Amino acid sequence: MPLIAQPSHPPAGAVLARLHEIHAAKGYLPEADLRATANDLAIPLSQLYSAAAFYSAFSFQPRGSHTVQGCLGTACYIRGGDRLLEKIGTSLGVKPGETTPDGLFTIETVHCFGSCSMSPVIRVDEETYGRLRVDRVARILKKFTEGTLGEHSIEEQEK
Amino acid sequence: MATLTINGTSVSIPQGALLLRAVEEAGITLPTLCHHDALAPYGACRLCLVMIIAPYRALVASCTYPVEEGLVVQTHAPEAVQARRLTLEALMSRCPRSDVISKMAEREGVTASRFGMPSSGNADELCVLCGLCVRVCRDLIGAAAIEFIGRGSERRVGAPFNMHSDACIGCGACAEVCPTGAIRMEDRGNQRILQAWNTCITLSACPECGRFFAPEPTRFLKDMFPEIKACWNVCPECRRQKTSRQWLNAGQKTD
Amino acid sequence: MTIRSHADLKNLREDGISLLRPERPRICVGMATCGLVAGAGAVFEAIREAGKTYGMDIVLVSTGCIGCCQQEPVVDVYMPGLGRVLYARMTSEDGQKLITALSVSEFPGEHALAVIPEAGSVAPKGMGILSRLPLISELPFYAKQHKIILRNSGLINPESIGEYAAVGGYQGLSRALWGLSPREVIDEITRSGLRGLGGGGFPTGKKWEVCSRAAGTARYIICNADEGNPGAYMDRTILESDPYAVIEGMTIGGYAIGASQGYVYVRNEYPLAIKRIRHAIEQSEALGLLGEDILGSGFSFSIDVVRGAGAFVCGEETALIASMEGGLGEPRARPPYPAIKGLWGQPTIINNVKTLASVSAIVAQGADWYAGIGTDGNAETVVFSLVGKIANTGLVEAPLGLTLNEMIHEIGGGGLDGRRVKAVQTGGPAGGCIPADLFHLPIDYSSLSQAASIMRSGGMVVMDEETCMVDVARYFLSFTIEESCGKCTPCREGARHMVEILTRIIEGKAGPGDLAMLEEVALWVKGASLCGLGQTAPNPVLSTLRYFRDEYDAHVNEKRCPSGVCRALIRLAIVPERCTGCGLCLRECPVGAVSGEKKQPHSIDAALCTRCRTCYEICPEGAVEIVR
Repeated sequence: MPLIAQPSHPPAGAVLARLHEIHAAKGYLPEADLRATANDLAIPLSQLYSAAAFYSAFSFQPRGSHTVQGCLGTACYIRGGDRLLEKIGTSLGVKPGETTPDGLFTIETVHCFGSCSMSPVIRVDEETYGRLRVDRVARILKKFTEGTLGEHSIEEQEK
Repeated sequence: MATLTINGTSVSIPQGALLLRAVEEAGITLPTLCHHDALAPYGACRLCLVMIIAPYRALVASCTYPVEEGLVVQTHAPEAVQARRLTLEALMSRCPRSDVISKMAEREGVTASRFGMPSSGNADELCVLCGLCVRVCRDLIGAAAIEFIGRGSERRVGAPFNMHSDACIGCGACAEVCPTGAIRMEDRGNQRILQAWNTCITLSACPECGRFFAPEPTRFLKDMFPEIKACWNVCPECRRQKTSRQWLNAGQKTD
Repeated sequence: MTIRSHADLKNLREDGISLLRPERPRICVGMATCGLVAGAGAVFEAIREAGKTYGMDIVLVSTGCIGCCQQEPVVDVYMPGLGRVLYARMTSEDGQKLITALSVSEFPGEHALAVIPEAGSVAPKGMGILSRLPLISELPFYAKQHKIILRNSGLINPESIGEYAAVGGYQGLSRALWGLSPREVIDEITRSGLRGLGGGGFPTGKKWEVCSRAAGTARYIICNADEGNPGAYMDRTILESDPYAVIEGMTIGGYAIGASQGYVYVRNEYPLAIKRIRHAIEQSEALGLLGEDILGSGFSFSIDVVRGAGAFVCGEETALIASMEGGLGEPRARPPYPAIKGLWGQPTIINNVKTLASVSAIVAQGADWYAGIGTDGNAETVVFSLVGKIANTGLVEAPLGLTLNEMIHEIGGGGLDGRRVKAVQTGGPAGGCIPADLFHLPIDYSSLSQAASIMRSGGMVVMDEETCMVDVARYFLSFTIEESCGKCTPCREGARHMVEILTRIIEGKAGPGDLAMLEEVALWVKGASLCGLGQTAPNPVLSTLRYFRDEYDAHVNEKRCPSGVCRALIRLAIVPERCTGCGLCLRECPVGAVSGEKKQPHSIDAALCTRCRTCYEICPEGAVEIVR
């Protein structure tokens, strides 16, 4: 028994759910929100912070308006996923984990969206693009800078 | 009770005890970093690995493995020795300036590490990520001021946001249990400094002599333990003087 | 309506049948994640709009994954009295044309892939174009498949509990709650021979038995849907295509072990799967098939969904539990096993999605039915996601015993673009690479484990002669570095040291002792790590060292990459005679190393070139040469 008594724990999955909520609302995990949440859930701040820092879905820094995720899962890697990421990086001038100076794009790498049959794949916000080649990256990014939604049907791919 | 054989010696251990205890009963000392009798076993450092050779073959961490009737164990089987040596080489590469690690390594026959150093990029690194500090703070003291932060080779121990911890009570248990001296607790005037956690705790001053003697955050103890209420109000030296005067007075009265 | 009797269940089933086999045309568009990525959304809309324009009364359904992902977007068209045809690679224009043809009761010929025979039909092939198409079972992709786990995937609307009942859903749960004791349910599962299909292969019945007997004040059942193995997406497919099967399986499991609370832990990267399972839970609760007093039996059981947050290690049982308990996802020592001491220290069953999806079918149809599938001792089918450098990517379910040759060359259609298949990687980062000369091996637990690979999670990534196996080994170890929790010394430190050595090898800077050191470190990490992630992380290194030693030797001794991949060891050059000066490579080179005038042969500046091979990949004339 610890010297300082601990209150009973929040329900299973509650901590993760709250972290997701904050992240969805604010785009990242602000310090003030984390402090308030630890209080609210009656868990040590160290536990909450440790959990938040462990998972790659969460960021302590604000992200760009659009998140570009390049998949480096096995099937995507074998079919040139790393080249796609490089192309995205050089087009936008940032490395994975960074945000463009204009705050428009944050680049991330993900290890598998489970869309392996469509490899190589990238995701921009909620849209997933597959069967990609390097020369299609620019067109996808342009649609976001120009504000038109990405179209990724077969007819677009074959143009 | 379970009877098992460690390096040919028969030992009897209560059911539910861990293999490391049986190893100690057999008179063998294995190097350990993350093990502490007062804390639940963790199994992180992997130094206490032993080879079970019957009734099945398995390389297990003795600090977390429950004893079983009839186990036959070799603490220095080639697989266990090899695993221990490479673990020490890796730790030497992580903490090249740690005397504790290099002495431990030497005892196991490892005088140099073939891995590039320092593997963490910090030549002064002393932390081996054994987790004793985290576990004592969270599970024994209950302050939960520090935790593991980050994943993989980014893993480190720290207070949230790497800032001064409001939860730290300045008890020094972390510094006490750290096997490599990576955590230092220093009193400077009325401040208790735990550099590793970027934390400064204010110390209470003794009303009688003015010395700084207890961290303010431990004040709650006098409510938890009424018997020490009186102790809190003066420092240990003044308390000692007060108590001896009381005994002397009491003694004189009965004379 | 709350389902409380056989009659209620029958009504639900009949409602579903009227949707599944309506008297009007039924058009199913494959809308699991792969289908959506391929553009199925646009096809669905086009069909819906066209249907309205023609005033046609059709049942238009978005279903889950039909399996032949290479052919997405896929549309399954049923015309009562005429037959059923599967269409492939559809565009929105094709969708319009489809409706135009159907409006005059004709099946269009373009994009038609196969006929799906309807049970009991006398002339399975039907008339017109149908007689010229192969049956779906005759397509090389489907010929050797046998669907149990994927039995409903792509057939039913994953958001319709009625359709699920129509294909036999809830027969298992009702049999269990109305007629069997928890012990009898466990016996049925044990007799069936069902094994953990997440790769562990532990007998499911035995695990349930241990858990039901273990001491505790509460019991839990958790569905492990944290399918983190890159290249594998079978669990995602089941959650998106047949979510009710998982829920039914979990409910049966809860009843068997005495749990009143279940959880589905889904990885964060599967938003559609999360959406579909949540929806299925709501629907089930609404009908009294989940929640209080299920089917009026007195058994109460609820399921909550926990969304992961991007940590591969959380697929490991004890790390998953730690993650659910609100801390970081680091594993714990085993024993004690979760079945005895799991979530909050209570007896906990953790089963994979595929295992739970099989449970309902087994309890409905009986242990003997399941035990009778497959060859001796291998009473089951396995699901693979066949991906990588293969012609037919997709989800394959086949009985154990199928050979790798059959999988790759018949079902898979051989290497992409006709290239020679060099190896197949199974089991994700925990598995190994099997060389082509072992493709005669049957896919089963014992053969593959002898070949140093694991039958785990069924991702099967095909690699061809342009894949460097040393690069693949480093790729997997880099994955380990990113995903290792960092708790134990061997995994945390060892993975990094292995990558250092592999990087030296790949950059042509390896020393004579490097290969021996690599193997030594690999064996150490394998033997000394705390959890399965560390224990299996060296497998890609060990298996490539075993089977592709020649590639390692070439890198170390000759500073040469035989596959033409490793950037430090190759040079790229444009062959002037083949170059038409189209300028594609000039535009796409990420570092601007290509120069040349329009319609004139271009050239690569070796000083700027990073040897990424983008130009090599996209040149329409094949004018870029890799000099090794």
